[in-house]
Parts: sequence; C-alpha cells; structure tokens
Amino acid sequence: MHRPGMLSIWFFIGILLLAYGILILGAGIHELLSPPEHPLRLAELHAGIWWGGLLIAMGLFYSVRFRPGRNN
Amino acid sequence: MAFLTSFHARRAVLDIDRACSYDKQVQAITASSFAPALLLQAAPSHLLTLSGVDLAIIVLYFFSVLGIGFYLKKYTKTGEDFFLAGREMTAWVAGLSFLAANLGSLELMGWAGATYQYGILAAHWYWIGAVPAMLFLAIVMIPFYYISKTHSVPGYLKLRFGEPSRLLSAVSFGFMTVLMSGINMYSMALVLKVFLGWDIYFSIWVSSITVALYVGLGGLLSAIFNEVLQFVLIWLGALLVSIIGLIEAGGWNGMVARIHSNFPTQNYTHMWSTLGSFTDNPMGIHWVGIVFGLGAVISMGYWTTDFLVVQRVISAKDLRSAKLAPIIGAAFKMAVPFIVILPGLLGLALLDKPGIHMLVPEGQAAATGLHSYNEVLPLMMQRYLGPGLLGLGVTALIAGFMSGMAGNVSAFATVWTYDIYRAVFRKEATDQHYVSVGRWCTILGVLVSIGTAYLVMSFKSIMDYVQALFSFFIAPLFATVLLGMLWKRATPAGGFWGLLAGTGSSISMWAWVKLDPTAIRYIALSPFAKDMAENMFRALWSCIICAVVTVIVSLMTRPTPEKELAGLVYGCTEIPSEGHLKIYQRPIFWAGVVSGVFVILQIIFW
Repeated sequence: MHRPGMLSIWFFIGILLLAYGILILGAGIHELLSPPEHPLRLAELHAGIWWGGLLIAMGLFYSVRFRPGRNN
Repeated sequence: MAFLTSFHARRAVLDIDRACSYDKQVQAITASSFAPALLLQAAPSHLLTLSGVDLAIIVLYFFSVLGIGFYLKKYTKTGEDFFLAGREMTAWVAGLSFLAANLGSLELMGWAGATYQYGILAAHWYWIGAVPAMLFLAIVMIPFYYISKTHSVPGYLKLRFGEPSRLLSAVSFGFMTVLMSGINMYSMALVLKVFLGWDIYFSIWVSSITVALYVGLGGLLSAIFNEVLQFVLIWLGALLVSIIGLIEAGGWNGMVARIHSNFPTQNYTHMWSTLGSFTDNPMGIHWVGIVFGLGAVISMGYWTTDFLVVQRVISAKDLRSAKLAPIIGAAFKMAVPFIVILPGLLGLALLDKPGIHMLVPEGQAAATGLHSYNEVLPLMMQRYLGPGLLGLGVTALIAGFMSGMAGNVSAFATVWTYDIYRAVFRKEATDQHYVSVGRWCTILGVLVSIGTAYLVMSFKSIMDYVQALFSFFIAPLFATVLLGMLWKRATPAGGFWGLLAGTGSSISMWAWVKLDPTAIRYIALSPFAKDMAENMFRALWSCIICAVVTVIVSLMTRPTPEKELAGLVYGCTEIPSEGHLKIYQRPIFWAGVVSGVFVILQIIFW
C-alpha cells in the first residue's frame, strides 16, 4: 500500500530478519567453536551458520530495497 | 480459526486417536509387545528446552508485532482503514495475508501429525482441498464481492437477499469465529505447556493481549501487516526441518524407500491410488468424498465464503489485485506441504523402526508417557534445530497461532460492527463511532475468546461439538452465495430459507449420527466411513439441500427486478474487461499456470 510517509511492511520484515540472522549466525559460530557435549543429528552441517547467513542476506536486501524515503 | 485445513488440523490434534483401525492395531501391538523398550524413551516433562538466544528471538518477535500495531495506529482513522485496511493492499500483500490467516500453528503440528498417521493423503487438504476453490474465488466470485463494494460476506447477502439472510449468517459467523478463536487459544497454550513447559495461563494471556493490542490499534491494516510478517517467519522457521530431514533420509527417494521398508504393507506415499475403497486407505475415505465433499463443497465453502479469508482479498487496491491475491495464495498453498506434510513423512521414515510406529495416538500417549503423533514436528525440531534455530521454529508456531487468531478477531470486529451493531442497534452514527466500536469489539472478541478457552479447560468435550460448527454454517452458505452470484432468479426468500434449511439439515444429520452411530451408513454411504468421511458427506448434503430449497422457494416467489441486481449477479453486472492487459498481466493466465502445476502434482504423487 502506498501512503505518504508510511514504512513498507517489507522494511519491517527486513529489519527483523537481519536481527534474527545475526543472532542465529552468532549462535551457530559459537557452536562451531565450542561444540556441545551431545550434538544434534547432522550437526556437522552447521545449519545455524548458513541459515543465519541466509537470513542476514534476505534482511539486508529487504531493509535496503524498502528503506524509508526510497520510492517503491 | 479457519475451516478446512485448520479445522481438520484441529481434528487431527484433538481426535487423532479415533481414526485408523490399522494404526490402532499396530499401536496396540507395539504398546503391549514393546512397551518396556519404548518407555525408556518416554516423554520428559516438556519436549524442547530453549536457550537464551531462542528466548531473545521469541521476545523480539513479540516486540515487533506490537511495534507494528502502535506504528499503524496513526494510519487507521476511518472505518475503511480499520475494517478494510483502506482497500489499498497490493496483490502480494493481500495474497500472503489471505493464506497466513489460514496458517495456524495447530495446522502445522496437526497436519504433520496427521501425515504421520495417514501418510501423504493429508496433502489433499492443501491441494484439491484448497487450490481449485482459491482459483474459483479469484476468477468467478471476486468480481461480485469487489464490484458490490461490500465490507463483508454477510454484507453481500444483505445486498443480494436482504436483512434476514445477513443477520442469520452474521450471527452464525460471529458465534463460530469467537468460539473457534478460544478453542485455538486453549489448544496453543496447551501445546506451549507440553512442548516448552510454559504456564498455560501465561501463554493464553500474553498471546491474547498482544493480538488484542495490535489489532485493536491498527485494525485490519495491522492484522494484514503482521500476517505477512508471520507468513515469512512460519516459512523460515519450519523450512529447515524439511531440508535437513531430506538430507538425512537421502532425498525424496531415500525417504520413500525407508517408509516402504518400515511399513511394507501400507501405502503412505500415494495420494489417489488407494482411494477406490473406504477400506484401502488408513483415512477410511473414498475418492468421491475427497473430490465432491472436500474439493467441491467444503473447500469451496471455506475459501469463498468464510469472511476470515475473504476479508483479506477485498482489501486489495483494485479488482485485478483482488483477483490475483487468491491466485498468489493458491501458488503458496501448493508449496505448504513442504513444511507441513514432509515432516510427517520424515517422521515415518526416520523416527520409526520396521513395523513399529514410535509415536502413538493422543490417548495412548497420555496413558503411557510416550510421544503422540502430534509431537512429530517438535520432535523433528528437537532432532535438528540448535540454539537460535529452535527459537525461530518456536516463533513460527507462535506466529501461526497469532496470525490465525488475529484473522478471527479482525473479521469478528467487522461483522459485529457493520452487520450486527449497525444493522440492529444503531443504524445512523458517525464513521468515528463505528471505528470506536470496532476497537472495543476487538478487545471484547479477545476477552470472549479467553472465556471460551477457560470454558474448554473445564469442559473439554466442547471441542467435539465446536468442530461441527463449520460444517453447519459454511457448506450451506456456499450454495447461497453461489446461487446469489450466478442465478439472477434467486429471490430473497429463496436465499434465506435455503440457508436456514441447509444449516438445519446439517445440524440434524450431525445429531442423528451422534444419537445413532450406525446412521453414518446413510450419511456417508458406507458403514466403514470414519469421522472425516462423515464431515465430507454431511457438508455435501447440506449444500445440496440448501441449493434445492433456494431454487424451489425462488421459483415460488416474485423475482427481484434486474436493475436492483446490478453489481451483484452474473448477467446484471458489467465486469471490467482485461483485454487491454498483456497476457502475463491477466489473472486468468496465472490461474491457468497454477492449475497446470496443480494437475502435475496430482499425477506425480498419484
């Protein structure tokens, strides 16, 4: 929807995904450096790292593409 | 909460132990022969343990949805803003919101559990049980909803059939919606208690107050914004389980091979080839019930006349966007089995051992401490998701619950304010007054839902009865609305009496089977039919009865002058041509693409 001054929903989504990506990537790196005593199935895939990275990429894309002041 | 997938998800969650005689035999065998071994794996006090990162992700989610509500309040000034989001939504936003309002967390867990029990048959509720109806809504029905400028489905009935039909459908919708919202709330709180060990009252109040705040502040605008956010989170939170599960199982072929190896006498991986007889498939259903009951009546009724979902579509900024929204929703709906059905199948492949189901029906799980079917998704989360990812997965479940509840509450506020309060109590008031009523009604709706949740805690059997409400009201409503849109000879008396007869007959059939279970042979045409089949056929009969009564009464009463039907009925309404658009800009083109993919999926998984 287009109203003067209103932030796009995709901007909100971008910011949240960015924050989630940072948290999940951080947790994934921590697990990589300090492996838990009882690892999960397929822990060797390090899903937290690449999923966190994916969220950061998506978050950056949406928060930049739909940033305030940009004509969508 | 919505019917169809959500309704059956609840059935799966709540009544899952009633069905599937084969599985009951298997469970009985496993329970007696292998109980010591299985008890070693008995469920702990709660399934999942969250880390600090997980909690931070969940808390951040709550702040985000509340923040959006507070932010959008200043953009929600008029009734059109509050109840219809200003009719400014793009096709994508309206389409994703349309789907998210239906995607409850119980649906995620319930259908994953149902898949573990019934196999890929559960995907019928996502494909034939949704896609044709969504496309039908887009191409055939949306023009009349949109051109008539109605604010609700009961509002359309007022324009087409008069006040009595509107009041009948508005009251039944309001009653059904709030009740379902409460049931959903209780079920979700129960899930959080079992899986996370959270206090049930804490879960109910925190989630309810959050929804009440953001919907009360920003109305449908806020609900839709948050639904799109929730839709994204549901996918990102649940998708990883399927991806890692497929890697562990050796891809799709590896998973199917494991399932066949575990259960060589059962067919869990084909959708149509076992539907020739009620006794050939674990769901106890025949293809006639799936095609005509589910595909032609129940899903059509839900996706085209349940205001919970239709409200999102009529908030679109123009007719083309309104037509595209359900098509976008249908495309995503076809993909939902990847995050819902696949975890259930992966459970059959990876959690089970040859000939033994490691998960059991709810009743048996409660008695033995084993895990139930419905815990298959959390178990798969527990299996793969580490710190952070688990928080995202749990956030997906909470987001699903809240999107469904916000959908209920915003639809309830609109129907109550416009179709009951304004129609009965105060016909002439300012727009601001109705917005104010809408805000209070949102709070009231949530409070009544909480009351229902508490009631259900005391009288759990209410759930059994409430599930039937959808088939009472939605199936006949579809016949009424469809005849109203496509048959100009249908009269106000015909519409009203048809709707009443359809609803009455549905209630009567339900009561008949409750009093005499052998009556199912007449309702569902087979003594072997099970609950789901009964629902399908009851919906089919009530829809037919509604249509027949509408036709007979209409032919006996004076027709409405055609000039009064302009914008409401096919043949009396000028529908804007799309001839000037390029082929790929036309909704009918994309409906054709989605239909093609739908057919291909049926053939692949035949």
